[in-house]
Parts: sequence; structure tokens; C-alpha cells
Amino acid sequence: MAEREMNNNYILETQNLTREFRGFTAVDKVNLQIRNGDIHALIGPNGAGKTTVFNLLTCYLPPSSGTILFNGRDITGIESSAIARQGLVRSFQISAVFPNLTVLENVRIALQQREGNSFHFWKSERVLNRLNQRAEELLDEVGLLSFARVTTRDLSYGRKRALEIATTLALEPQMMLLDEPTQGMGHEDVDRIAELILKVRKGRTILMVEHNLHVVSKLADRITVLQRGAVLTEGDYATVSADPRVREAYLGVSAEEAAA
Amino acid sequence: MANLLQSDRSFYTTAGILLVGALLAPALVYPVFLMKFLCFALFACAFNLMLGFVGMLSFGHAAFLATGGYVTGYLMTNFGLTPEIGVVLGMLASALLGWGFGALSVKREGIYFAMVTLALAQLVFFFYLQAPFTGGENGMQGIPRGQLFGFINLGDNLNMYYFVLAIFVIGFALIHRTVHSPFGQVLKAIRENEARATSLGYDVRRYKLMAFVISAAIAGLAGATKALVFELESLTDAHWHMSGEVVLMTLLGGMGTIWGPVVGAAIVIAIATIFSGGEMGNYIHIIMGAIFVVCVLAFRRGVVGEFRHFMQRNFQAALSTERT
Repeated sequence: MAEREMNNNYILETQNLTREFRGFTAVDKVNLQIRNGDIHALIGPNGAGKTTVFNLLTCYLPPSSGTILFNGRDITGIESSAIARQGLVRSFQISAVFPNLTVLENVRIALQQREGNSFHFWKSERVLNRLNQRAEELLDEVGLLSFARVTTRDLSYGRKRALEIATTLALEPQMMLLDEPTQGMGHEDVDRIAELILKVRKGRTILMVEHNLHVVSKLADRITVLQRGAVLTEGDYATVSADPRVREAYLGVSAEEAAA
Repeated sequence: MANLLQSDRSFYTTAGILLVGALLAPALVYPVFLMKFLCFALFACAFNLMLGFVGMLSFGHAAFLATGGYVTGYLMTNFGLTPEIGVVLGMLASALLGWGFGALSVKREGIYFAMVTLALAQLVFFFYLQAPFTGGENGMQGIPRGQLFGFINLGDNLNMYYFVLAIFVIGFALIHRTVHSPFGQVLKAIRENEARATSLGYDVRRYKLMAFVISAAIAGLAGATKALVFELESLTDAHWHMSGEVVLMTLLGGMGTIWGPVVGAAIVIAIATIFSGGEMGNYIHIIMGAIFVVCVLAFRRGVVGEFRHFMQRNFQAALSTERT
């Protein structure tokens, strides 16, 4: 903790980030500052604009105004794929895998991206076999090694999400954006994914949207609460959960649940 | 990887048997019919590269077939080129046109992509209708087949057949390799989940454009070869009916399978040939339409797709024990 506090660098910053949809302001002048190495959670009631913020940060949506800085560089409006190549990689709310490829091939697609042979249509795909070992290491890390040859479609939901994390890790991103990583999971899977996130945080920054406050309290170093597209408050779990405005807006009932 | 090796082996076995069959076929079947089949099969395979392996439905592939035919026909007629050079130039012209089509259309998806390609192909159709060198409604007639490498007379149907077979094998091999290449892996990822491919750092449009160019080039190769076979290039090839026919062939045979378009082309060409001679000639479009309806309703995977599915379902146990 002390080490992280000393490191005062912000890896990702937004300045007055705004997105309007035909007169409706989904995201309103949001200023986010994500510290290098933190797990930072973005929470808020339904419709607070969390997913829109995610889409803006990864340029799946262009902002109406405002700027996004990644490592001090302005990345507003560049191609989503280029952002990924710079080290900012996102996951999706619904599990994002390639269902008809094998589990191993899923990870290999990510590893292949930096190989520089992705346009080589005249080469045999066997050249990709040299990536298998690294892919297997990554699968081992998320506990999926024994499923390497399985067609991804046949995996359980929780394992698909674990595979997604392995695929994202393959890019060795500086920063991961996780969109509701535990959504729709049973208790066991939730715990497994939470453990996994703690395991993979080493050396990188994580920004996550999460509804499960138990997970947030366990993982997040810092929390930003959004309400109606604007930042309501920010701080660590104790500060945020003690804030009466937050309790009123969002935690009201859930706080007791989370404490239990 | 056992799985991969096994599917590799079954592919090469099938390919080997078919190649031997194709080498012997002219002894039994009229070569011009076979050549017509090979040209359309290659055309359908080129189309399937986009529809089956990237998930892009082009409704303008007639433009590439016709461009290959017209460019090769024009060059062969006016410059006395040898046929192998003529065919390659026709193919390059189609690739170039494909790059233009692709640059304008890959930003769109689904039905919008199909409509943009259709509109562009109609533009090309009307250009060929008006342009003086195409012969308009009469078509470009009397295209010489020429001498292969300057000394093999392709006027002889048997020589021509083996030339066409060689082109088919090269084109087909190129498609097979593309599908099973590092590039092909990315294409499959895009087909499976485009947003995820983007989030992994792939600039999806550039891959789609590349696939478009390869597909257009091979469609052009098929058109160029076909023009030499019939010594004729006509507006039929540029018409949107042709774009529809290649969709029919691919779906009937099984999209996304490597042999599907070949089987689909064989069925369509065989039916067209059998019925066009007799009194049934007037009903051919109705027959094709009915087959298409049955195919879409009853066996959506197409002939090859259904066959593979049947084998997997019934022999899965046997296969998996063999693998271990």
C-alpha cells in the first residue's frame, strides 16, 4: 500500500468527459484519475453511465467533449484497436470469447497480435504452434489448462470469463478494463474470479465496473461512485460507504448486505 | 493438435482422390462441361472465403467474375498475349476492383454491406453495358484461347481442360491456405466476435479489406478462365443474377466448409445443363428457386455441412477413441 501511495502517477485520466445521446447526457463532465497499480472500481446505480464511460475510454464511442489521457498521452478519438495495442485492453459485460475456436486458440489469437504475421495468408497456421507453450502457461494461470483442446462453446459461464481474462493477459496490458467481471455468476465462480483478479493485478492497473459490493470491498483500492452520469464521490471503501449521499443514492439497502 | 492433424489428413485424402478423378474425368464427360463446372466452383470458393470464413455477404461478386473475363478477353484479343499472362492480368484487374469495392464497403456490416456491394456491382454492370470494348448486349466474341507458354495449343479442348484444372487447383489451394494461415485465424476470430477481435488490437477493417481483395482476385481468375473456355464474355456474368447464383451455390453446398462451394457448383451446373436441353428449360428458374427454398428450410448447413454434422454426431465416439 505504501509503495502505491508513493507512486503518484496517474495512468489514466479524463478531463470533463461528456457524452450526449440526442439531448440526454449519459456522461456529464466526468473527471477520473486512475493511479498506476490500483484496482479502481466504478460503481453506481443502474443507468449511472458506467458502461458508457467504459465505451468512451476504449473509444468504442466518441465523446461529445472532453479528453482522455493514457500515460499522459491524448488518446481521445483514436481507433479502438490502436488503444489495445498501446496496452489498454477491455473486457465486455457479456463474455467475449470466440465460441467455435478451441480454448487454446482463443488465447493464441491474442498472442498472435504481436507476432506481426497476422496478414500472412500464404503461411501455414502451423507457424502459430510456437505460441502454444505461452498460451498453455496463461491457461494454467487461470486454471484452464486441462480444457485447452475443448471447443470454447462447451465451457461453463464462469470458465468462459476466466478464459477471457487469460486472453486479455496474453496482450500483457498495462491496464485492464473489466466490465462486470462477476455478473451472472454463482458464489463459487464469483470467489474464483475475485481471486484471479487479485492474482493478475501484479504489475498492472485495473479499472472495473462491478455491482457486487462484496467483491468491490475485497478488491478495490479506490472507488468512484457515478450517479446520473456525474461523479458523486470518490475514495476508498470505508469513505465511500460512510458517505450519506452514497447510501441514499445507491447503497441504502446493499450496505447492510455487503457488511453481512 | 491430434484433431488438427486428423482433419488435415482427411482433407488431403479427399483432395487426392478428387484430383485423380478430375484427371481421368475427360474420358467420361464432355470437357467443356467440366471446365464450366471448374470455373463456377472456383468462383463459389472465392465467394465462400468471405461469406463462410469472415461472415461478409457480398452481393456484388458478379462484377469480379465479369471484370476478369472482360480484361482478359480484351487483352487476348488485342495484344496476342499468351493465355497464362492474360489470365493473371484479368485476375489483377479484379483484385484492384475488389480493393476499390472493399475500401468503400467494409465499414458497413450485414445487410448494409450487401447493399453497398450490390450497388457498386450495378455500377460496374452499366459501365460494361455502355463501354465500347465489351460489345454491349452482343458480348465480347471470338476471344482467342491462344498458345499456353507460346507452344501448347489450347484450341484443343483436352489441353484446355488440363489448363483449367491447373488453374482451379492453384486457386483452390490458395483459398485453403488462406483459411489455414495466421491471417485465416484472425478472419475466424472476426467472424466469431468482431468487437472482441478489435479489443485485442486487431484493426478489423484492414483484415476484411484484405479478405475482400483475395476473394475478388480469385473470382476474377475464375471469370478470366471462363472467358477463354467459351471464347466469349457477356453481360450475363456482370448481371446481379450471377451474384445471386453464387450465393445459391455456396449455401446449397455448405458455407464455411472448404468443399461446400465445389459441391454446390456441381449441383447447380448439373441441373442447369440437364434441364436447359429439354422442354423443362423454361422452368429452370422455378426449379432452382424450389431447391433453394428446400435447402434454406430443411438443411441449412448445406450438403457438405449436413454430411459433416451427420458424421460428427454418429461417429464422434469412434473418432475420439481414435484420437487418444
